[in-house]
Amino acid sequence: MTPPSDAAVESLLRELAPQVLGAVLRRQRDFHAAEDAVQEALLAAARQWRESGVPENPRGWLIQVADRRMVDQVRSDEARRRREELAATQTADDERTAPDPGPGVSRDRDDSLRLLLLCCHPALTSGSAIALTLRAVGGLTTAEIANAFMVPEATMAQRISRAKHRIEASGAPFRLPAEGEWQGRLRAVLQVLYLIFNEGYATSTGPDLQRAELAGEAIRLTRAVHRQLPDDAEVAGLLALMLLTDARRAARTGPEGKLIPLAEQDRGKWDRKAIGEGVALITRALSPDSIGPYQLQAAIAAVHDEAERADDTDWRQILALYGLLEAITDNPMVRLNHAIAAAMVHGPPVGLRLLDALDDDRRLAGHHRLAAVRAHLLEMDGEREAAIECYRAAARLTASIPEERYLAMRAARLAG
Amino acid sequence: MKYMLLMQRPRSGYEEIRSMAPEDMKAHGEYMQALDEELRKSGEHVDGQGLTGPEQATIVQAQNDGPPTITDGPFPEAKEFLAGYWILDVETRERASEIAARASAAPGREGAPINTPFEVRPLMSEPPDEM
Repeated sequence: MTPPSDAAVESLLRELAPQVLGAVLRRQRDFHAAEDAVQEALLAAARQWRESGVPENPRGWLIQVADRRMVDQVRSDEARRRREELAATQTADDERTAPDPGPGVSRDRDDSLRLLLLCCHPALTSGSAIALTLRAVGGLTTAEIANAFMVPEATMAQRISRAKHRIEASGAPFRLPAEGEWQGRLRAVLQVLYLIFNEGYATSTGPDLQRAELAGEAIRLTRAVHRQLPDDAEVAGLLALMLLTDARRAARTGPEGKLIPLAEQDRGKWDRKAIGEGVALITRALSPDSIGPYQLQAAIAAVHDEAERADDTDWRQILALYGLLEAITDNPMVRLNHAIAAAMVHGPPVGLRLLDALDDDRRLAGHHRLAAVRAHLLEMDGEREAAIECYRAAARLTASIPEERYLAMRAARLAG
Repeated sequence: MKYMLLMQRPRSGYEEIRSMAPEDMKAHGEYMQALDEELRKSGEHVDGQGLTGPEQATIVQAQNDGPPTITDGPFPEAKEFLAGYWILDVETRERASEIAARASAAPGREGAPINTPFEVRPLMSEPPDEM
């Protein structure tokens, strides 16, 4: 038989990773060891399947190899000690560790969601939750994650190991959150998925290409959550937001990673299929009863994406949506974007007045974005000198090379 | 977010360190090594190196006409020198400052903290916001 392509093996392994971990965890409650064992099984599969083909039952193959690794590990002293500690703190209550999946929900999918809730544990920092999620649920290797975040593999391995220790220390690791904490825990999952998406979306060229895969990975994981919770409007909203944002990826950067702002992008390069899917999703999801920040951000992205030219943008609708968003979130970035929309509808002086009100917000103090937006609005208003000064101030404050270049270029163009 | 912590050693600091008693030198080394180890274990360590002293440094500068000039150290006009650095990947700027403060307080003569100044700088690599 012809060996399968690397990409085919990789995508199969990523799909199977959470299912296999879920299955192993049903028999063995040591999350730390089980996650290590599954990772080793995935690495073994990646090597073997590429050469000798995918076995008839790949899922069973992985579970068997992972189980065998678990047995090997349990034999070692360290694992035995850990198991004893765990046994002392946990009851063998199968109802609690593996509740019946609801009707129409397969056990494998249930496992994926449960693992996500576990990896996005409130005891973890967002950086640790992101790393653990990508490995345990996404099926990425430590090396791949380390590459994406540009840190040494040993550092990433430590980060993941510590995250698992922390979850263990929190007790009863592999269980679904109680009824009362469900919504809060799901929000934490969505936030981690959105952070993964943003890490990847922001870079799409040159040496950072590997990071770009993170956006695709975030979409894949969010899609899986949406399949399982199709009626959750915020899950649908987040998936729509990712699709509608990612649709502009190809138009967002020019040669050498140069940033191209929304208004100047070649809209012919936008991914129409992704936009169609995102618009359909958000149209179905938007409901006044359960309005949330992801739905509103997706709705705003949809209005942008539906404009054939920048001049066709329905800024009145965007302004109204930002008004709603501002009412339910306390986020200075939202107020900043609200000011832009107000400037587009009512003229730059109105937007600039809204920005003045943000000067006292300590969360924005020293943030380049406030200076950058002010520069744009001053430029719109014909205040050339003041705009140049603000562009330069923003360029000094940003930590992004392409953005610094963009801001310095805007200032230079006005000065020239 | 990644930060670089740059250890700024004043000119006088080199002699001070070199003339420390062996046990003070040992305590200093162990303190720094333990901190480095801690940062590796916490999954925050990206890179870190100590640099040789200014005696071994050269400044190379291209010239518009003729070959580049090469000036050997130590440079009389410099008040302080980069003695070493860490690149760390941490959650917040506060965390980077906290680590810098601990490194700054590394023990010197008779265990008294040296209070070496550390410069903390974000790396230029973070992705930009959506515009």
